[in-house]
Amino acid sequence: MKFGVIVFPGSNCDRDMLHALQDDLQQEVIMLWHKDSDLSMFTTDDCIILPGGFSYGDYLRCGALARFSPMMEQVIAFANRGGKVFGVCNGFQILCESGLLPGVLLQNDHQKFVCKNVYIKNEGGDNRIAQKIAQKTLKIPVAHGEGRYFADDATIASLEANHQVIFRYCDEQGNVTKESNPNGAINNIAGICNSTKNVFGMMPHPERACSDALHNIDGRAILQALSN
Amino acid sequence: MKYAAHINVMPLKELLDPQGKAVSTSLSGLGIDGIQDVRIGKHILLQVEAASAEEAKAIATNACQKLLVNRVMESFEVTITE
Repeated sequence: MKFGVIVFPGSNCDRDMLHALQDDLQQEVIMLWHKDSDLSMFTTDDCIILPGGFSYGDYLRCGALARFSPMMEQVIAFANRGGKVFGVCNGFQILCESGLLPGVLLQNDHQKFVCKNVYIKNEGGDNRIAQKIAQKTLKIPVAHGEGRYFADDATIASLEANHQVIFRYCDEQGNVTKESNPNGAINNIAGICNSTKNVFGMMPHPERACSDALHNIDGRAILQALSN
Repeated sequence: MKYAAHINVMPLKELLDPQGKAVSTSLSGLGIDGIQDVRIGKHILLQVEAASAEEAKAIATNACQKLLVNRVMESFEVTITE
């Protein structure tokens, strides 16, 4: 099993992701360039990661232009074959723009870029992240200006009914409160998966919480859940 | 024929528009009264080569649906001029 990390113009968490996977979790990683379109070295057991950053300068809308890169066309086909795809922050925005995940990430309700540690938790369900990580609060950093998850009422109801919400913002004790929501996301949603449970997106950055040197390794469990 | 497609993209009415809210607060801080609401979108101008105004509108609308607008969060309108 191996990971592929896509580099878009303006990605800035691609090396953090490489470092976390390769050096902290001892995983095989292949870096992929957005202009290439060859995913033949990957099987559906593998996982393609869309890292955080500001692809194409966030022009037009966050993730809107990256969605049409040659590599993304291949990623969409890979996901439709059942391959695992994971997007963090700007990667999550790209997955929403590409239609692989429902909804959209809007500008934070308080109008500020938010950069801090937050607490998130998963609430079980039949997706691999919920099944493979303990249901306890995780401390993971966020860094975004457009992270307010939104979808229409019918989409939210279907996400909730199908257990597609993988993480919610909460306080340190695990209470899902308005105060613990860093951006105004609907239902405190921090991350979701698709209906076939092979495409995942989240705003917090697990790759920034994998190294002992940073005194926080809560992110390892999330990346590990994708690795087998 | 050359046409200009004027496209207005606006955040959906039911969505909070943080940018508009911030500007609204600043306007009232400046003492400019009487403004009840501010919503901020964007204006996109396309130069289109087409056989007719209808065709130009169809090209611009297709561009909106494929890339320029995200219908989950935005609405749009297209006006064609020569």
